[in-house]
Amino acid sequence: MAQRLLGAVGRAMSEPPAYRQFHPRWHRRRMSAWWWLKRVSHLGFILRELSSIFVAWFVVFLLLLVSAVSRGEGAYQQFLTWSGSPGVLLLNLATVIFVVFHAVTWFSLAPQALVVRVRGRRIPGAWIAASNYAAWALVSALVAWVTLGG
Amino acid sequence: MSKRTIEPLLWILFSAGGVLAALLIPILSVLFGVAFPLGWLAPPGHEQLLALLGRPVSRMVLFLLCTLSLFHWAHRFRYTLYDGLQIKHLNELINLFCYGGAIVGSAAAGYLLWQVP
Repeated sequence: MAQRLLGAVGRAMSEPPAYRQFHPRWHRRRMSAWWWLKRVSHLGFILRELSSIFVAWFVVFLLLLVSAVSRGEGAYQQFLTWSGSPGVLLLNLATVIFVVFHAVTWFSLAPQALVVRVRGRRIPGAWIAASNYAAWALVSALVAWVTLGG
Repeated sequence: MSKRTIEPLLWILFSAGGVLAALLIPILSVLFGVAFPLGWLAPPGHEQLLALLGRPVSRMVLFLLCTLSLFHWAHRFRYTLYDGLQIKHLNELINLFCYGGAIVGSAAAGYLLWQVP
């Protein structure tokens, strides 16, 4: 009986499984694909990871702008009109939120990734984070100044 | 014996892209994505942007921003799919989509920035 049953199971599967003798059986609980909804910190993690999609979208948007500018005045005006259409505007609003979230989490984590020592003493993490934020402010001001025509 | 992988290189590209994206994309997306379309600020004229893009330094910065940001996306999105959605069995397909997309996007960025008149 058991033999026949095993035979049937064996035939039902395309390949006979390779058994290892004396191997312990794993006990693995199935993880739900929605595990990150259960805790705020996990949700923050996933939102931070999702910010990368908006980073990629902005690269596409930027390249469309570059392409429009190099095709001439008319194409540039068309691009400006297109970027004001509700769908694109909404996407870009979400992009601003996610990209700022990316920047804040990135700069706040920097002290953990970057250990700077001066004369054997470790520079406090708050200083590293502060210098990152200062660089962010400086670069933003520079970009705004250059873009808006100085 | 440990196998040599390109994982460290991918991680360096990821973090370089993370820094550049964090420094540059917030201000650029506020200006071009929201402030100009909503009329909060007057958008720069065509002549001015053309002159700006004509400078090698701005093309270089934009090229690095585009390329590294795309690799940043590729690396992070790959792990989002791994961990978030628990799809590990589609490994090769995901890698192809992510890093392949980053390579194609970088080539497009190089071409578009190079052909600016």
